[in-house]
Amino acid sequence: MKIRVHVSLKNGVLDPQGRAIHHALEGLGFSGVNDVRAGRLFELDVDDSVSDDALDDMCRKLLANMVIENYRIEKVAA
Amino acid sequence: MSLRCAVITFPGSNCDRDMAVALEAVSGTPAIRVWHGDATLPERLDFIALPGGFSYGDYLRCGAIASRSPVMRAVIEAAGRGVPVLGVCNGFQVLTESGLLPGALMRNAGITFVCRNARLVVENDSSLFTSAYAKGQHVSIPVAHHDGNYFADDATLDRLEGDGRIAFRYAETINGSVRDIAGILNEKGNVLGMMPHPERAIDLAHGGTDGRALFESALNALASA
Repeated sequence: MKIRVHVSLKNGVLDPQGRAIHHALEGLGFSGVNDVRAGRLFELDVDDSVSDDALDDMCRKLLANMVIENYRIEKVAA
Repeated sequence: MSLRCAVITFPGSNCDRDMAVALEAVSGTPAIRVWHGDATLPERLDFIALPGGFSYGDYLRCGAIASRSPVMRAVIEAAGRGVPVLGVCNGFQVLTESGLLPGALMRNAGITFVCRNARLVVENDSSLFTSAYAKGQHVSIPVAHHDGNYFADDATLDRLEGDGRIAFRYAETINGSVRDIAGILNEKGNVLGMMPHPERAIDLAHGGTDGRALFESALNALASA
């Protein structure tokens, strides 16, 4: 089973990297970009027997830092 | 009485030797070196130090992998029993990632790596680690980090402030840390995490000795306990 875990910063948490990317986009002449938030994508290949609870646990215990980040689990059709 | 101080080394730690030298300089006893893969700590430890560096290449998040290593389970257990734990720089990141301290350390607001002497204000002069300083005292201690931008939600920050758990603040903006926080204590006061490197300021040859009082505070108190 292919799983994608999207990790992003919570609202209200400043994102210096996103801001730098935003400035770089403007420097390249792209206009109309209002904001950039940088995140992370994990692709996991797991056995079908791995439960949703276990996936949730993986995110909370390691893949995301719940102090500053949110996560979203996406199951990808094989 | 000779103190039993341990320094934990993770793959990618690079201030572990400096920390061991500082502990020995102040306590007079060589520090015990502990490898991250050890599931148990040496017995009867008086003090545990988590050094600076770039454990696991800062993969995932700074300190994230190290905080899940076997030895950290033992460190968390020891901290729970009241054993003093000092985390400096990457060691602070390991402490927040492990949940021993609240909040998180994010990329510096200015994006760049900051390596310089930082002026700090001592906010708490009654903790185990800071009793040899005076409240409000300005000290100069080196910082060298890319991810020292402390963040926690307002409720957590208010609690830290109210309980006197902010040990040090930056006297000037260094990395964008919320409320200029440079170092914090846990609820019981036996765990201190800080981004500045006191172990790099214990000898005149370092260009300053303002870090020495931190080790003297803790180790003298422990030796006379």
